[in-house]
Amino acid sequence: MDLMVIADNMPAYLAGFRLTAQLTLVSGAGALVIGLAVAAMRVSPLGSLRAFGAVYTELLRNMPLTLIFFFAVLVLPQFGVVLPFGYWTAIICLTAYTSAFVAEAVRSGINAVGIGQAEAARAIGLTFGQSLTSVILPQAVRSVIPPLINVIIALAKNTSVAAGFAVVELVATGRRLAQQNPGDVMLLLVGVAVFYLLFTIPAGQLANLLERKVAFAR
Amino acid sequence: MADSTAVDPAPVVVDGRPTGEPLIVLDHVDKHFGALHVLQDVNLTVHRGEVVVVIGPSGSGKSTLCRTINRLETIDSGTITLDGKPLPAEGRELARLRADVGMVFQSFNLFAHKTVLENVTLGQIKAKRVKPSEARTTAMEILERVGVANQADKLPAQLSGGQQQRVAIARALAMRPKAMLFDEPTSALDPEMINEVLDVMVGLARDGMTMVVVTHEMGFARRAAHRVVFMDAGQVVEEADPETFFTAPRSERAQDFLSKILTH
Repeated sequence: MDLMVIADNMPAYLAGFRLTAQLTLVSGAGALVIGLAVAAMRVSPLGSLRAFGAVYTELLRNMPLTLIFFFAVLVLPQFGVVLPFGYWTAIICLTAYTSAFVAEAVRSGINAVGIGQAEAARAIGLTFGQSLTSVILPQAVRSVIPPLINVIIALAKNTSVAAGFAVVELVATGRRLAQQNPGDVMLLLVGVAVFYLLFTIPAGQLANLLERKVAFAR
Repeated sequence: MADSTAVDPAPVVVDGRPTGEPLIVLDHVDKHFGALHVLQDVNLTVHRGEVVVVIGPSGSGKSTLCRTINRLETIDSGTITLDGKPLPAEGRELARLRADVGMVFQSFNLFAHKTVLENVTLGQIKAKRVKPSEARTTAMEILERVGVANQADKLPAQLSGGQQQRVAIARALAMRPKAMLFDEPTSALDPEMINEVLDVMVGLARDGMTMVVVTHEMGFARRAAHRVVFMDAGQVVEEADPETFFTAPRSERAQDFLSKILTH
């Protein structure tokens, strides 16, 4: 057992960490955008949009992420859809999967905004879209910042599924290093854990900070 | 409102009837909430410049009536026309109509995440495409008029109930509406704040605003209304000028209602 094994492999760790961070940030951004749109669909006056939003959310939310990866890699090509392997497959699967959770979090926020807010917005002549973007969503999102950050933290950890699909992020890096240094497996994995914490603990603190910053009384 | 000390409404009525043309017309309106028949064959015409106070026991359908006029509640049958045009179905058309009819709610419903000023500019900017600078000027004028200009940069929750309701009135007025609907505007207020809101409403009435006011404030009805509409069990039971209604109600149900609220 030798702490030096972590220091010696720092470049590999950093490369893995960078990829994990990238997967998290890019998929997270995509999931926020798509999740907001899907949440908006679910409260839309149009039944077809509501139905689409519900099916999308339920399908993706209730399937294991690994299965979504397998579908993307093994099944979609049979229908002529060939995703670029590795990085972009991971981004697409993680985005789709996480967006369903974002949509549910935002939808609960929308439900928590009083019906009176929507009525007041309609009463001054705002269209449905304007009410949603100017009045409802800004309040809804503020009230669900803690669960949204939870979703992003879960995403940070879920990126490890990509390790099984030719993406050398943190977990894949740890596995490789462990194979190369069988005597130091525990230390090497602790190293992996520390890098995850580097990302997820500040995220939790950011949640607290944001929550206080955007708070407003109802 | 500066002239809140004046006593009598301006004489814009002839023989207890306003002289303007019909602005809001409800014709054989019916509505159900499930098995409950909340509006039963309601006919009501509100003329331009007229102030109509709707009173009645709770559950009589008066709030629902008020809310059907800008289609916050849909109706099952009958027609509602505004300024000669029937209410459009959902969509942009309806949004435009709603901008022409101001609405003030019992629970204020100010946009909680926006400042007082932003509450009053939002509709102008989004629904009427007024330039932000212009919208601000208009908003400040109206906030001045309702006496809360000094609160412009605060969030609604930092204001008293009376102030919030006056902001809500300002928010509706900023759209330059043809008519204003008030759905129990003082029912959620502490007693000492009721008058500051009623004074603003009396001022509006004096300025010739067409108003439909659902309220329990009999004093306001006497001071500012041209007509009192009494509802019970989803029906318009009686209509009369305030003096006649309060001193000599014709229907038994109105007599019963008034005896319950005026005896103490």
